[in-house]
Amino acid sequence: MSIDTETARRVAKLARIKVEDADLPALASEFNAMLGFIEQLNEVDVEGVEPMTSVTPMRLKRREDGVTDGGMQDKVLSNAPDAREGFFAVPKVVE
Amino acid sequence: MADVNSLTIADARDALRKGDLTATELTDACLGQVEAAGALNAFVHNTPDLARDQAKAADERIKAGDAPSMCGIPLGIKDLFCTKGVPSQAASNILDGFRPEYESTVSQKLLDAGSVMLGKLNMDEFAMGSSNETSTYGNAVNPWRRQGDAAQLTPGGSSGGSAAAVAADLCLAATGTDTGGSIRQPAAFTGIVGVKPTYGRCSRWGIVAFASSLDQAGPMTKTVRDAAIMLEAMCGHDPKDSTSADLPVPDFEAALTGDIKGKTIGIPAEYRMDGMPAEIEKLWADGTAMLKDAGAKIVDISLPHTKYALPAYYVIAPAEASSNLARYDGVRYGRRAKLAQGDGVTEMYEKTRAEGFGKEVQRRVMVGTYVLSAGFYDAYYNRARKVRALIKKDFDDAFASGVDAILTPATPSAAFGLGEMAAADPVQMYLNDVFTVTVNLAGLPGVAVPTGLDAQGLPLGLQLIGRPWEEADLLNTAYALESAAGFVSKPARWW
Amino acid sequence: MLDHLSYSEPKAKVISGAREDWELVIGMEVHAQVASKSKLFSGASTKFGSEPNSNVAFVDAAMPGMLPVINEFCVEQAVRTGLGLKAEINLFSAFDRKNYFYPDLPQGYQISQLYHPIVGEGEVIVDMGPGVARRVRIERIHLEQDAGKSIHDMDPHMSFVDLNRTGVALMEIVSRPDIRGPEEAAAYVTKLRQILRYLGTCDGNMQNGNLRADVNVSICRPGDYEKYRETGDFGHLGTRCEIKNMNSMRFIQQAIDYEARRQIALVEDGKQVVQETRLYDPDKGETRSMRSKEEAHDYRYFPDPDLLPLEIEQDWVDGIAATLPELPDQKKARFVTEFGLTEYDADVLTAEAESAAFFEEVAQGRDGKMAANWVINELFGRLKKEDHAITESPVSAAQLGGIVDLIAKGDISGKIAKDLFEIVYTEGGDPAKIVEDRGMKQVTDTGAIEAAVDEVIAANPAQVEKAKANPKLAGWFVGQVMKATGGKANPKAVNEIVSAKLGL
Repeated sequence: MSIDTETARRVAKLARIKVEDADLPALASEFNAMLGFIEQLNEVDVEGVEPMTSVTPMRLKRREDGVTDGGMQDKVLSNAPDAREGFFAVPKVVE
Repeated sequence: MADVNSLTIADARDALRKGDLTATELTDACLGQVEAAGALNAFVHNTPDLARDQAKAADERIKAGDAPSMCGIPLGIKDLFCTKGVPSQAASNILDGFRPEYESTVSQKLLDAGSVMLGKLNMDEFAMGSSNETSTYGNAVNPWRRQGDAAQLTPGGSSGGSAAAVAADLCLAATGTDTGGSIRQPAAFTGIVGVKPTYGRCSRWGIVAFASSLDQAGPMTKTVRDAAIMLEAMCGHDPKDSTSADLPVPDFEAALTGDIKGKTIGIPAEYRMDGMPAEIEKLWADGTAMLKDAGAKIVDISLPHTKYALPAYYVIAPAEASSNLARYDGVRYGRRAKLAQGDGVTEMYEKTRAEGFGKEVQRRVMVGTYVLSAGFYDAYYNRARKVRALIKKDFDDAFASGVDAILTPATPSAAFGLGEMAAADPVQMYLNDVFTVTVNLAGLPGVAVPTGLDAQGLPLGLQLIGRPWEEADLLNTAYALESAAGFVSKPARWW
Repeated sequence: MLDHLSYSEPKAKVISGAREDWELVIGMEVHAQVASKSKLFSGASTKFGSEPNSNVAFVDAAMPGMLPVINEFCVEQAVRTGLGLKAEINLFSAFDRKNYFYPDLPQGYQISQLYHPIVGEGEVIVDMGPGVARRVRIERIHLEQDAGKSIHDMDPHMSFVDLNRTGVALMEIVSRPDIRGPEEAAAYVTKLRQILRYLGTCDGNMQNGNLRADVNVSICRPGDYEKYRETGDFGHLGTRCEIKNMNSMRFIQQAIDYEARRQIALVEDGKQVVQETRLYDPDKGETRSMRSKEEAHDYRYFPDPDLLPLEIEQDWVDGIAATLPELPDQKKARFVTEFGLTEYDADVLTAEAESAAFFEEVAQGRDGKMAANWVINELFGRLKKEDHAITESPVSAAQLGGIVDLIAKGDISGKIAKDLFEIVYTEGGDPAKIVEDRGMKQVTDTGAIEAAVDEVIAANPAQVEKAKANPKLAGWFVGQVMKATGGKANPKAVNEIVSAKLGL
C-alpha cells in the first residue's frame, strides 16, 4: 500500500489538520514509512481469531437514572475561547 | 535533617510520624530543589502556594494521628492529569491556558491521602513520544550524564519530566502514565522504579486520554517499597470510569517480604532481539541469576507474537488517539487559531489543530485517521485487534503453564542524547517501546527496576511482568530483584 | 389473545411520470428520545427548554479526560421498545464511535451502536384503514447520543452552540424499505409513536424534536419491489436519497412526494439519481442537497474503548417483558371482539393508552357500543374543541358511565343526556343527582303523554288529516309532544301513542 499526496491531503482533511501543499509529499512519505512498519501484521495468521473487545473482561457497570450533574453553565464555559450569552460561539456554520 | 528531598516515601513517612520532620519542611526543601532545577525543565507549572497549604494541612493530620502513608509526601504530577484550577495541558499548545474545573480521580486520591502537589511535570505532547522531545514546553533533561560528557540526555518519555524530577530528588515521587512504556522506559533511563498497573487498576477519569484501551496511570518512585505505597493510594474502583475494575485494593507494601522461593520466572526467548547490546544482555542474565539465587525457578518461555506487538500498537494507539483528540477543536477550551476574514468553522478546525498539535501528534492523528478510514478498517484496525488478542493469549498461556512473572529488559539501550534521534524516521524512535508495549496490549502489570549501570555510567533497568491484578506478587518479586541488585547510584548534580 | 385483527396489505402508491408509472420505496430511521431523567452517559438533566449549557456535565462538553458511564434505564427502555416491536433482543451489544467534526458534537464523535445493536429484527403493523395494514419490518434499534444545538440566526457572523441536548439518549429505529407511499410513511411514524407512548419509552413529542425521522426514498418500476423482496437484492431498487431530520407528519408526506417526483423526472430525463443526504425546506416545499455532509462521509466507526461491551441477562429481559402493557394492536383487537366495536371506533379509542383506559372504565359493565359512542362523539368532540387531552377531561369515566346508565335505564332521553353531559362537563357533579334535582327525568307515565298527544291532535286537525294520508308526518306530532313536555317524554312511548291515536 503506498500513499500518494492526494491520499495524504484527504487524510489531513478528514483529520481537520491544515497541511500546506508543499508539505504533503513529506507527509505521504512518513505515512508510507509507518504503514510499511504496520504491514508486518499481514504475516500473522489471524484466521478464526476474535478481535479483542476489552483487555480486562468485566461486566459494564451501569448507573441509575437520576440528575446528578450539570447546572454549572459558568464552569462549562469558563475555558471557552469565545462564549457569549451562555453559548459557545464559533464562526458561522453554513448548512 | 539534611537533604530531606532525597528521602524515600517510606523514610519520610516514618520521620513525619515520629515528628523528626514536618511536611512543611519537606515541602519547602523540595520547592527549593524545584526552583534550582530549571535546567532539567522537569516541572513546567509550579504550585508552591498550593503545596504549602497542603503541607500545612498534612502536618495537622499527622499531629492528629490521622496520617495515611502518603500524608505530607511532596509529589510531582504529570501534566496529563487534570488538576483543578491548575494548568493541565498535556504538554500541548492546543490546551494552552486550560485550567480544569475538576481534579482527576488519581490525583484526588493522592490529595485525599494527604500528599502534597509541588506542580505539574513535563512530558511528551499527549504522551506521544519516548524522549520528551515532543513537549510544547521543550525537552525535559535527564539528570544523568555519560561519564565525562556534558551532552544532554533524554529522560525518556512520555513521562520524562516525572522521571527526571524523581531521579534528581526534586520530589519524593511522581505520577506517570503508560500507554506503550511511558512509565517504565523513562524509569529505566533515570534509575528509578516505575509501575504500570493492570489495565483498570487506576481510574482514567480526569487523565487526558491518548489511547483509551492502553492508558494506565502508575507511580514513579525511588524504590519498590515506595511504588507499593503510592500505588495503593492511587488505585481502586472508580464508578466514573467504566473500564475501572471493581476489585479490592490489596496492601501492596505488606506483600513485600522479599521471599520469592518457589516462584517461577519466565524468560521469553523472543525478547532476545537481533543486535541487542551486550550490556543489556548481561544485565538481563545477571537479573535472572539474582532471582534464581533468591530461590525462584527460572524457565524459558515463548511469547511467539512479540514481534507483532509494536506494529499492532501503532495501529491501535493512533486509531484511538485520532478519535480521542478530535475534541481539541478550539470550541470549548484551549487554543483557537486566529482566523482570517471569511474563515468558517472548517478553517477554524484546520488552523487550530495545525497550530495546536505538534508534528508527532499530527502524524499519529493522521495515521489513526487513515487506518480507520473506509475500506481499511478490517485490513488494519481489526487485524491489529486480532493480533492483540493473540499477544494476550501468549501471556495467558505462559501464566497458565505456571509462570508467576516474566523478566525482560526494560529498554533496548540506555538513555540517548537529546536530538540524537532527530534525523531518524519515526519508526526508529518507536522501537524504544519494543519490550514494554506488549504489556499494555495485554493489559498486564509491569514494573521497571533499576539494576545496573552501563559502561558510560548510565542506569539500566529490567522489567518484570506479572499476572493481571497480581501487582502485590509482582512488586514482591521486584523487591527481591531490587534488593539483590542493590542499585544505589545517583546522578552527579550538575544542574 | 389476538395480536392483531386480520388485514390485507395495501397497494403501493403509483405516481405517473411523463412516460411511465413509478412506485415508491421508503425506509425510515426514526430517532426517538428515551424518556429518561438524565443523559445516556452523564448525570445531566434531559429537561427541554433550559438555560443554554446548563444541562451539561463535563463529559457532555467533552472536557479532557472525561469518561462515559451508561444509564441503565436507557438500556431498559431500548429493550422494552424492542420487545414492544416483537424484536429480537441482543444480549450482547457494543458501542462504537462515529467520528465527524461539527461544533455541536463536542467529542468529535457520536457514541452509537453500529456493529452490535441492542435490538435486532422486529416489525410494526401500520394501519391504513379498517382491514388494511402494512407490515413494516424493523431491521434494528440501537442506542446513541443526541448532538447539541447550533443556532445560526443570533449573530450575522457567528453560530452559537448549546450543549443541553448533547448526549441525551436516542433510540434509532431503523426500518427495512417496506413503506410504499407518503401516507404510509406518515402512518408508520404515527403507529411507531403510538407504540412508544404505550410503552412509555419515548414521549413522542415531535415539536420538541423528541421524535424525528430520516427518510430514505427511492423509486422503482412496478414489479421491481416484489423482485427485491424475493431476492433481497437492492439492485432491483433505485438509488436512494436520505431526507434528514423531519419532525412533522405533514412535512414527511410533502417531502417524500416532492422527492419521488424529483427522482422520477431525473430518471425519465435519462439522468442519474445521486445517493446523497437532502434537507426538506417546508417554505419552498422542496428538498435540497446537503453537500456539507457529503464531503465528510467517512465516519471511521470503531468500538468505543471507553466502554465495555454491554452484556445483559435473559432474566432481566424476561422481567421487562413481564411488565409490558397491552399494546395498541392487541388492545384494538380486543375492543373489537370484546365490546363489539367497529375497527374504526376501536382505532380511535386506542390511539392513546389513556383514552383506551378511559373508555374501558366507561364500558365496564355497560353496553360497549354505547360507551364508545359517548366517549368518541361527545367527550372527544368536546375535548377537541377546547384542545384538551383526555387526561385533562373535566368529566371522569365514572361520571360519563353514570350518564350512560341513565340512558340505559330509560331515565333520560338521548337528547336530555346531551344536556346533562354539558352540565356535568361545565359544572361537575353526580349525573343521577343532577337529573333528580333538576327534574330532568323522562316522563314515562303514559297518562301524561296521552294527554299531551291528545292536546296536540286537538289543536291541529289539518295536520291530522295530512298525517293520515302520509304516515311519515307522524314525526311532526312527536316533535310537538316532545316540545310540550320539555323534552322529558320518553320518545319511544310518544311514538307509539301518536301512532295509535292517529290510527296509523
